[in-house]
Amino acid sequence: MTDRVTLTIDGKQVTVPAGMLVVDAAKKVAVHIPIFCYHPKLGSAAMCRQCLVEVGRPIIDHATGHPELEDGFPRIQFSAKLETACTTLVSEGMVVLTQSERARKGQKEVLEFLLTSHPLDCPICDKGGECPLQNLTMAHGPGKSRFLFDEKHHAEKQVPLGELIFLDRERCIQCGRCVRFQENVAGEPVIGFYQRGRSMDIVSFSEPGFDSVFSGNTTDICPVGALTTADFRFGARPWELMAAASICSQCAVGCNTTLNTRREARSDGQIVVKRVMPRQNEQVNELWICDKGRFAGYHYTERDDRLLKPQVRRDDKFRSVSWDAAFLQAAEKLQDAEKPVFLVSGRLSNEDLFNLLQLADGLGAETLLYTNMGGGDLTGMVGLTSGSNLADLGLGDVILVVASDLQEEAPLWWLRIKQAAERGAMLIVVNPRETKLEKHADYVVRYAYGDEIKTIQDMNKATHKIHKVFAKAANAVIFYGSEGLGLEGSSGLAGACTSLLVDTGHYARPNNGLVGVWQRANDQGAWELGFRPVKDLQVIFDKSEVVYIVGADPVGDGAVRLKKRKPFMIVQELLSTDTVGHADLVLPARAFTEREGTYTSGERRVQRFYQAVPPRGESRPDYEIVAEIAARLDTALEREPGLVMDQLAEHIPAFGGISYLKVSEVVEQWPVINRSELFYGGAVYENTQGLGMQLRPAPVTSFPVSKGKGGLRPKEGLLLAVPVNKLYDQGLTVLSAPLLRERIGELKVCMNPDEADRLGFENGARLRIGLNGNNAKALLVVDPTVPSGILLVPRSMGLPIFEAGMPVLSKVRKKVTG
Amino acid sequence: MTHILLRHRDIPDLDKLAVYEKQGGFKALKKVVTGMRPEAVTQLVMDSGLRGRGGAGFPTGRKWMFVDKNNWPHYVVVNADESEPGTFKDREILESNPLQFLEGVAIAAFAVEAHTAYIYLRGEFWPIAAELDKRIAAMEKAGYLGKRVFGTDYTLKVHTHLGAGAYICGEETALLESLEGKRGQPRIRPPFPPVSGLYGKPTVVNNVETLTNLPPIINNGADWYKSLGTADTVGVKIFCLSGRVRKPGNYELPFGITFRELIYEHGGGIIDGVPIKAIMAAGASSALILADDQTLDTPLDYGSVHRLGAELGSASVIVLDETVRLDWLIDKTMTFFKHESCGKCTPCRDGSFWMKHLTERIRDGNGSAEDVKLLDSVARQMQGKCLCALGEFSTQAVVSSIEKFPGDFGIKRKVSAS
Repeated sequence: MTDRVTLTIDGKQVTVPAGMLVVDAAKKVAVHIPIFCYHPKLGSAAMCRQCLVEVGRPIIDHATGHPELEDGFPRIQFSAKLETACTTLVSEGMVVLTQSERARKGQKEVLEFLLTSHPLDCPICDKGGECPLQNLTMAHGPGKSRFLFDEKHHAEKQVPLGELIFLDRERCIQCGRCVRFQENVAGEPVIGFYQRGRSMDIVSFSEPGFDSVFSGNTTDICPVGALTTADFRFGARPWELMAAASICSQCAVGCNTTLNTRREARSDGQIVVKRVMPRQNEQVNELWICDKGRFAGYHYTERDDRLLKPQVRRDDKFRSVSWDAAFLQAAEKLQDAEKPVFLVSGRLSNEDLFNLLQLADGLGAETLLYTNMGGGDLTGMVGLTSGSNLADLGLGDVILVVASDLQEEAPLWWLRIKQAAERGAMLIVVNPRETKLEKHADYVVRYAYGDEIKTIQDMNKATHKIHKVFAKAANAVIFYGSEGLGLEGSSGLAGACTSLLVDTGHYARPNNGLVGVWQRANDQGAWELGFRPVKDLQVIFDKSEVVYIVGADPVGDGAVRLKKRKPFMIVQELLSTDTVGHADLVLPARAFTEREGTYTSGERRVQRFYQAVPPRGESRPDYEIVAEIAARLDTALEREPGLVMDQLAEHIPAFGGISYLKVSEVVEQWPVINRSELFYGGAVYENTQGLGMQLRPAPVTSFPVSKGKGGLRPKEGLLLAVPVNKLYDQGLTVLSAPLLRERIGELKVCMNPDEADRLGFENGARLRIGLNGNNAKALLVVDPTVPSGILLVPRSMGLPIFEAGMPVLSKVRKKVTG
Repeated sequence: MTHILLRHRDIPDLDKLAVYEKQGGFKALKKVVTGMRPEAVTQLVMDSGLRGRGGAGFPTGRKWMFVDKNNWPHYVVVNADESEPGTFKDREILESNPLQFLEGVAIAAFAVEAHTAYIYLRGEFWPIAAELDKRIAAMEKAGYLGKRVFGTDYTLKVHTHLGAGAYICGEETALLESLEGKRGQPRIRPPFPPVSGLYGKPTVVNNVETLTNLPPIINNGADWYKSLGTADTVGVKIFCLSGRVRKPGNYELPFGITFRELIYEHGGGIIDGVPIKAIMAAGASSALILADDQTLDTPLDYGSVHRLGAELGSASVIVLDETVRLDWLIDKTMTFFKHESCGKCTPCRDGSFWMKHLTERIRDGNGSAEDVKLLDSVARQMQGKCLCALGEFSTQAVVSSIEKFPGDFGIKRKVSAS
C-alpha cells in the first residue's frame, strides 16, 4: 500500500505513485496548477512560486497511528502558509485546494510580481498567442497594474545568445527552464545565470554562442517570449498558423514534428512552412528535436531550384514536356531496356519504395539501394521490434555504441541513450576516437581504425568482460555506425554485432537488438523492403542501358563518374542536382511536406507524415509517378498512400498488421501535453495523429556469418584518411538552411598534433587534399583526440569519401601579388 | 565579569597557541576525543540547551541528532559569512579568540563523526582566513587537528573557504551551493542539510559563536551552562550593539538582561541624550520595536523578544533615536535587500525591486498616502511566498515601521492590515 497514495485535489480523488509531486498528480485529474519554472521533464526549481496551493493533511492520532475522525471523516489540518505544488510530495489523505480564495489570491499576487518587470509588449512578441504568461495573466492575473510603469526594469531586448537563439532580457522571468534544460536534459551546460536579483540574466559561455545541438528546445519551454529562434522570430503570429503532423526527414531517428504553415503575402500568397516544432512521442523524441531538424527541417523543399515540370533532354537541352509524354517515355525506355536498373535511396517513403519494387518486379529490373552503409539485412532480422522504447532501458540493461559519433549523427538517440545511462543502464562506447557520448559511458573501448570488426568479435568471446555483461543483461541494444567505414566494413561490423546479440540472446524481443545509425530517414524501410546496395556503382553505370534514379545524387556525391557512353538516365528528384544535370528524363517529385507517406525509423517504427503545404509546380508524389509509369506498362499500382501501405503490409511480412489506421493511433502519454494551456509542457505540440507502430520481429532461424573485413588500417609513416559523419554538413538538405551556414562552415580535416608536426603543418593551415582522384581545399584542425596516423575527413563536405583511403596533402600556396 | 566567549578581553595573547594551551586550551577537545563517544558529546550539548547563534536559534544538539547515520561521509560547515548589517560578533571571535573557535569546530566534527570541516568566511574576511590557515597548520603540527588527533584514530581536516560577496550565502543552503562552486542560491528544503547537505551528504552547518561555546560547555558541563541565562534561553550571548548609542560594540552578557541594561548601562545611553525611539534587535532583518518603558524592561531572550512582535535573531541590536526618520531607515534596509536578493524566487526578486522604488519615493517626499498603503501591501504580499528567509526578512522593517510609526509616513492613524 505504501507505493500508491490517494489524495483529493479540488474535490477530485486521485491515486498516484508515492513520491509524485502535487503538481503532477493534479495533472492526472486535469487540474492545471499554474507554473512557470517547473517542467515535468526538468523537475522542481521552486523559483517562480506561481504554483501556490492550499495543502491539508489528516491529523494523525499518535496513540492509534490512524487519522483523527470528525463525523466519520478524517480531520484535516491545513498548513499556515500556501505551499508550492511543484515541491510538495503527495501523501495519503492529503487535500489540495488550488482554487480556494487563499490559493487564488496567492497565485494572483505572484503573477503581479512577475508582471512588474515584464515589458507587456505582447503585440510585437513572437510568443504572443502561445504564451504561458499571457494565458495565466488572463486566468489569474490582476486586470490593472499597481506598479508605476515608468519605474519598470529595462534591459536589452535583442541579445543573440548565439546566431540561432535570441534573448529578450526584459521579457525573461528568470525561471531557469532553459538553464536547467541545457544542464539536466541536453547535458551541455553552455548557458547560465549571471548577476543576481533583478539584474539576473541569462548568458552563454560557449564559443560559438549557445553551442548545443538542442538549443532550439529552450525556446519551446521558455514560458515567455524571452527566448526566440532566429528562424521564426518576427516571422508570423502563432494564431495565424496551421499545424500539420510530420516526421523529420533529416536522420533515422524519426522525430515527430509539427509543421506550422501560413499563407502569406511575402511568399506571393502561397502557403509556406514557418517553423518546425517538436510533437510529443515519448517512444521516440519525447518533447524535443535537434537543431538540425528544427533549422534545416524543410528549407531544402523551398529552394529556388526545385524541379517544377517534367523535362526531357533533346539536342543536349532540357525541354519541358507534359506528364503524359514523360510517363510514356519512361515506360518505353524501361520496357525496351534488357535489364533496367532502379537506384533508390532512403529519402523515399515506404509507399514510394513499395511501388518502385512492384514496378521493378514487373520489368525484371535490378533494384539497388543508394547508401554507403551496410548491414540493413541484419537490422531487419535482429533490429528492435514492437514494444521497444529506449525510455524503458535502465538498470540491468546494456547499450553499446560502436563506430558512431552519435551526437553528430542522431542527436535524439544520443540524448535518449544518455538518459538510459543516467537511469542506470550500462553504456559501452566503442570508438576509435573520443566522442561526446563517452562522458556518460561506463566503459570506453578504443580501437584503431580498421579494427572495428575484430574488436567486436573479440568482445564476443565467452571469457570477455563485455560478453559477460551482455550475457547477464536483461536487455541489450547495439547502435552501430559507419565511422571510418564504407559499405563492406559497416556490413561486416553489423555482422559482428549481430553475433554478439544472438549469442547472448538479445534479439527478437522488445528492447533488444541492433540499430543502424543510418544517414537517411527511411534507410531502414528500404532494407526491409529488400533494396540492397552494390559495392561498385560505377560498373552498373558503365554497363546498363537505362538507370532509373529516384531520390539520389550519385554524380554530385562523386559516387559515379559519367563517361562518354552513359546509360539513359531517368531521374526523379526534388532539386536540380548534378545527377539531374546529366539526366535524359527528369521527373519532378513532391517534397515530404507536400504529400503523405510513412518512414521506417532506425528503431523500425513506421510513422506517418501528412501534407502540410500545396505542391510546387507540377510535381507529383513519387509513389504516384511510379504508379503512372506502371499504368503505361499495364501494371496497376495503388495511387493512394494508405492503399499502397495496405498492399505493402500484405506483401512484406515484417509490415504485417501495419496500416494507416494503426500508425495513426494515439494513447495518452505522460507527461500530458496540452497546447490549450501551454505552461506545463511548453509550446510543444501534443500528438493527436499517431505514435507509429513498430515492425514485427522477423522469424529468423539462421544468420549469415559475418565475413566482411574492416576498413583500412593506418600504416606506420603513412596517413590514412577516414570518413566521419557531421551533423551539419554541406548536403543539400542541410546547406539549404540559411541559418546553419556558420555552423556548417568549410571543409575542416583533423589530425593529431604529432602527425601535424611530422608533416610540417600547423593548426589552421590551408591544405589541398587529393583522395581517390578527387581534390579539395581544407582547413587543418590539429586535435589531440585524433589517433595518430589518421586524417578525419567529414562526409558531404566537398571531398567525396566513401571508404578510408590514402590522401595526398600539400599546403595551399598563398598567391603573392605586387 | 569574566568572559566565556570573548576571553581574549581578559587574557592577553590568547590567540597564541602557547598562551591558549596554558589557559586550559584543548582540554575539552582532548576529553572529547580521548574519552567520549560521539553520541555522548551530542547528548551533552543537547542537555546544555545551547541554541544556534546565527539567528534561527535552533537547538544545536538536536540539529546534530538529525545527521543521517546511513549516509557517509558527514561534513561540518562553519557559517562565518557574517553579513547581517549590525552584526560583528563572529569577526571579533575569529580575529581574537580563534583557537577556542577552532577547538569548538573540532568538537562538533567529532560529535557528528565528520572528518572534514569547512569554514566558509565572507570574502572581506580574507586576512582572517589567512590567519586561520596558519593556526590550523599549527594545530595540526601540535596534534590537535589533522591525522591522529591526540594520538587517536580520529582524523579531521579543516579548510577555510572565502565567499565572493553575497549576503544570501549566509543562508545555509545557499552557502553550501556556493561552497560546492555553484551560484549562491538557496536550495529547496526539505531535505535539510543534516540529511542532505554538502555534496548531498549529511552536513551540520553551525555559526562561529555557537561553536565557540562548545569548549566551555564540555569543560564545565551542561548544568553549569544552563545556570546562565534564562529559563527560555540559556547561556551567554554576544550582543552587537550599534546605532545611536554612545558606546557601540560587542557585549558578552547572559541572556535575560534587559534592553535598558544593554543600552544604558553597557552602551552608555543615547548620543546627546536624545530620547530613544525604536530598536531593531536582529540587524536589518528585524521588525522594529517601539522603545517604550515596557520594551526597555523586556529581558533579552528569544521568547521575550518574540512576544514584542520581533525576533532576537543574532542579537544585533540597532538603536534608533528620535533623530532617525523611519521612512529613511526602511529605504536603507530596502536598498540593502534589493541589492542582496539573489533573484531565484519571484516575490523577493521583484518584490524587493518594487519596494525599493516605493521607499525611495516616500523618503524623498514624493510619495502619497496611497504609496505607503501600497508599500505595506507589497511587503505583506511577499510574506509567506519566498523560497528562503531573506525575502521574508526584507519585509519586516517595512511592515513594522508603517504599523508602529505611522507618523513617520505622514499618516495619523495606523494603516490597517492588507
